[in-house]
Amino acid sequence: MDLLPLFQWCEESGLGRTVRESVWAFAVIESVHLLALATMGGAVLLVDMRMLNLGMRQRPVAELAAEAQPFQNAALIVLIISGLGLFTSEAVKCYYSVPFSVKMAALFVAIIYTYTIRRRFAYSGGDGGTTRMAVALVSVALWFTVAASGRWIGFSG
Amino acid sequence: MSLLPFCEWLASTPGSIALHESLFMYPLVESVHVLTLCLFVGMTMMLDLRLTGLALRKVPVADVVSRLQPLMFLGFAIMVVSGVLLFYAIPIRSYHNIFFRVKVVFLILAGANALAFHRGIFRRVESWGRDTEPPSRARFAGFASLILWAVVIVTGRMIAYNWFDCDKPQPGWVQIATGCSYDAER
Repeated sequence: MDLLPLFQWCEESGLGRTVRESVWAFAVIESVHLLALATMGGAVLLVDMRMLNLGMRQRPVAELAAEAQPFQNAALIVLIISGLGLFTSEAVKCYYSVPFSVKMAALFVAIIYTYTIRRRFAYSGGDGGTTRMAVALVSVALWFTVAASGRWIGFSG
Repeated sequence: MSLLPFCEWLASTPGSIALHESLFMYPLVESVHVLTLCLFVGMTMMLDLRLTGLALRKVPVADVVSRLQPLMFLGFAIMVVSGVLLFYAIPIRSYHNIFFRVKVVFLILAGANALAFHRGIFRRVESWGRDTEPPSRARFAGFASLILWAVVIVTGRMIAYNWFDCDKPQPGWVQIATGCSYDAER
């Protein structure tokens, strides 16, 4: 199955055209994307660091996870919406971009992982020890891959 | 006095030229700078949200500060080193860039706000640190920090754009704000 026509359709869509032809739109959407990145990073790292026993040890993980959850959810929604705007403006470039493929694959895994396995470990009480630390490390690694390959889309081609 | 001669000298150093022309080092440094946003601004934001009473309301403020500060300092150190390297790679253009100038101003404001908080209301944190809603001066410091760092991020991202560069015709106020006209007369 070749997805190129889908990417071409995205690039020619009204949203894609608008963002591409505007002087400011891409820059403004990119800035929003970055602000949400910082929020998402804070919310994810707060909980992962706690699971790695690196911060706020006297607070239960579940409590921090519950505090971080709304910010994580909101940031992710803003990231996806702003990301769609950025993507449609240069969808065909993204089709041929290796970093973009890496990012989408990592993002897919990261979202599922965060809202299933990591969520279960973050909300389960007690001190989880090494297993919970491994769960947090995988979370950091996945989101790091998403962010790093995302930044690299801009450097390639 | 113009800092342009210093920037011109910096741009002529071998290290600056090497970094500027490198295929991978510059993008790598840039990526480190952007990704460290998660660590530095992410942690700062969590503290700010506690100060404004919007998150972590049951955690004493002193605990949030003492636990997040090492991560914030680590993030800040990486930010400064990678940021200085980015400037070192492109000194002259950065110097004249209007967004870079606004970013530096807001960096100073964000620093002043943090300093004022630590020297001020934070000294009496034992008396209010367990309140779910901190006193107004602490809430103000939190809100100010959130806004100031957001402006730093947005203007930092905008440095990449050449809309206001000296090599294009610009309106008078841009000429003044970027120092283009001042340096052209030298």
